[in-house]
Amino acid sequence: MSAWLQRALLGASLLAALAFPLVAESGFWIKFAFTTLLFAYLGQAWNILGGYGGQFSFGHALFFGTGAYAAAIAQTAFGLNPWLGLPLGALAGGAVGWAAGYLSFRYGLRGSYFALVTLAFAEVFRILANAVPFTGAGVGLFVPLQPGWAQLQPGPIGFYYIVLALVFASLWFAWRIENSRFGAQLMAVRENEAAAAALGVDAYALKVRAIALSGAMTGVGGVLYVQFYLYIDPSLAYGPGISVEILLVPIIGGLGTIFGPLIGSIVLHAASELARRIMGDAPGIHLVFYGVLLVVMVRFLPDGLAGLLRRKRKAEVPRNA
Amino acid sequence: MLEFQILLPSIVNGLTLGAVYALVALGLTLIYGVLHIINFAHGSLLMAALYAAFFAHAGLGLDPYLAMPLLAAAFFVVGYALQRWVIGKASHGKDQNVLLVTLGISIAIENLALYLFRADTRTIETPISYEMLDLGIALVPYPRAIGFAAALGIAALLWWTIERTDLGRAIRAVAKERQGAKLVGIDVDHVFALSFGIGTAVLGAAACLLLPSFYVSPSVGNVFVLVAFTVVVLGGMGSFTGALVGGLAIGVTESVGGLFLGQQLGQLGIFVIFIALLLFRPTGLFGSRLA
Amino acid sequence: MLEARNVTKRFGGLVAVSNASLEVAAGSIVALIGPNGAGKTTLFAAMTGFHKPDSGSVTFDGADITGLQPHEIARRGLVRTFQIVQPFGALSVRENIAVGAHLREPNRAAALARAGEIAIRLGMGNMLDQPAATLTVAGRKRLEVARALATSPKLILLDEVMAGLNPTEIDEIVPIIRAVRDAGTTVLLIEHVMRAVMRLSERVYVLNQGRMIAEGTPQEVAARPEVVEAYLGHGAAQRIASVSA
Ligand SMILES: Nc1ncnc2c1ncn2[C@@H]1O[C@H](COP(=O)(O)OP(=O)(O)O)[C@@H](O)[C@H]1O
Ligand SMILES: [Mg+2]
Repeated sequence: MSAWLQRALLGASLLAALAFPLVAESGFWIKFAFTTLLFAYLGQAWNILGGYGGQFSFGHALFFGTGAYAAAIAQTAFGLNPWLGLPLGALAGGAVGWAAGYLSFRYGLRGSYFALVTLAFAEVFRILANAVPFTGAGVGLFVPLQPGWAQLQPGPIGFYYIVLALVFASLWFAWRIENSRFGAQLMAVRENEAAAAALGVDAYALKVRAIALSGAMTGVGGVLYVQFYLYIDPSLAYGPGISVEILLVPIIGGLGTIFGPLIGSIVLHAASELARRIMGDAPGIHLVFYGVLLVVMVRFLPDGLAGLLRRKRKAEVPRNA
Repeated sequence: MLEFQILLPSIVNGLTLGAVYALVALGLTLIYGVLHIINFAHGSLLMAALYAAFFAHAGLGLDPYLAMPLLAAAFFVVGYALQRWVIGKASHGKDQNVLLVTLGISIAIENLALYLFRADTRTIETPISYEMLDLGIALVPYPRAIGFAAALGIAALLWWTIERTDLGRAIRAVAKERQGAKLVGIDVDHVFALSFGIGTAVLGAAACLLLPSFYVSPSVGNVFVLVAFTVVVLGGMGSFTGALVGGLAIGVTESVGGLFLGQQLGQLGIFVIFIALLLFRPTGLFGSRLA
Repeated sequence: MLEARNVTKRFGGLVAVSNASLEVAAGSIVALIGPNGAGKTTLFAAMTGFHKPDSGSVTFDGADITGLQPHEIARRGLVRTFQIVQPFGALSVRENIAVGAHLREPNRAAALARAGEIAIRLGMGNMLDQPAATLTVAGRKRLEVARALATSPKLILLDEVMAGLNPTEIDEIVPIIRAVRDAGTTVLLIEHVMRAVMRLSERVYVLNQGRMIAEGTPQEVAARPEVVEAYLGHGAAQRIASVSA
């Protein structure tokens, strides 16, 4: 792809994204777009840690749920304005991310063991959220309906633009990471931790920073989710479903790439909507689809869709091995 | 001592539960020991086995204890095929890929069950469901007593297979040194799949022992998967006796913990043990894999 | 500038390095030689924080660095390469070297530019955009050196960077190493290629079965019969004599 074509494509998709609510004839498609973009954003958060940093988390619900509960509790119990819930969610998600990173990376957990421990952290939080009173326990927490921009309930179209802005911010952020010292060192740690350390890279500090950042971003996504659906409960917040959906997105789209999570989320949600129309709306069916998709992706396209494009491009360039 | 009177039955109860945990963990530890992979789908395969046992009973009128060899054989085939044609092919030499693939399998199986059978919890009744075995210190329901004895028996059979048969020798050779095993002409992929198959066959048997005193629902695997991981980590990855002792210990912990803290927080205890083990004793318990 | 005193490192029952001492003066090129399995790489690892010595101490630039983390030691200007090369496989050669450059250079563009310069200095200018995973062994060895140099080290530890290279490639890399020293970086190298050791180094340490058995100028060491006997093998003494003549 030549540079101008790429730019033209980007410009066109930007315009299309901005104009989308004007042409989408039904609330259904706006809601669909909201979910797709929200997960593109969350997937990017996962991608920072998993794609660029090489640390696969199976428990991103930990940050999502913590952000969601932090804002929801602050709003229902203390009357905090939900707009302030966004930074609060970032803070809460970031703090939990930092703590999880501090614990697991300090003790040298890697690979599968890191994945397992993040999952276990999320499960602990799910059980706790079920047991303590201030989360509304198993009943869940309802956020009061107060329509209007002032209370961060701008209606579907408003939400669409907010999450679109978040996606743009996350794309810009991923681009920054690819073109910064932080990102270069993070990728070096992913590729080979010992070699990175030999070049003066503090792998531990870097990974903790990455998980804290990723957690903060994910926490913000949780806040937005609560404001959109006005409800959260322990399984929605901390259940494995969220963790899996978040990690599927960049894996489908392409790990460690700027546009991977966006592509992945669009493909995942479009395909899962298609599957829903064919197979009906029975409980569980879309997760069956997710599971099969995960297996198929790892089996046949371990570099994701972006990897497919890249492989094609590389094949065109002759190289001396 | 009133507490003592509650405590003893609770411990006995925990031991019977722990024996089944141990059996489930044995399958997991065998797979880990040979293939060095963490099989995330272990819990959902157990759930599938429980449904198989349930429908064998409800549909065909097959007593779970009689269905045991059948189910073990069927799940051996399932496990063999999964490893040979799905997991093995998808790993591309990376641990994380294996974890992702087995996660995908577990999500697919679990939700397929949810789709097919809804979230209902199902139980079966056998002629001995309400019979009690009087041990003097505690009354134990017969299904649990049988489960306890059979779990130990299967563990012994498994040990014998690994230690005393040609198949076991091949498995141990591959576990220890897969390159070397390849050089002396062992078909490593076949042995991998066999080991996975055996690890899964154990689940078929465990399901038959579990069902008469337990229940089945699409999410029942989750109850077991982290317990099994904890047992395996506690006992040392790949260690046989470790899985047995670990299983019993976790069973007692859960039972006694539940007595004092309530069932939900009792489960929390297991997670906390699991996390603490992963964090503080990973090298000791995982061997050199983390170094 | 670098001093290891009575360093011992055990792996279980095996004593890989036993009470070994060495000293490297600023501005010099020093060689550490010895047969395979002598403990040379382990000594490097013990001095750079990758292994914690069981006893003994390491001083660098006047400060005790025993037991510091590898990245802390690298930041002080003591940087090693790996005998078993460790490229960042998915990154390009330029990006690989830039990771080293980033130790002193926070700016991305400047680090990439510096990476380009260093690659050219090491004759890798035409491989800059190639993924490191596609490099040949010789290329990977050079990449190790390039990355380490990019950190602007005060002292660079080179672990068998010539192993597996052909004579022409060795002849290319010898002046490069000399230029590194002339530009102000002290060099300590592990090498089996005696021709290069004799031409480059001012002092030689000989390690055998974990012990330092000899030390001196290349000529002195080569003349020590126990060195020849202990590990260089038959005919080695003549080879060395003919090279240094
Ligand atoms: N990480 C390790 N664990 C156990 N033994 C090791 C380890 N690293 C090196 N050794 C052993 O220590 C000895 C010295 O190895 P090494 O330092 O690599 O020698 P050299 O670099 O001189 O060839 C060898 O016997 C080697 O097998
Ligand atoms: Mg060596």
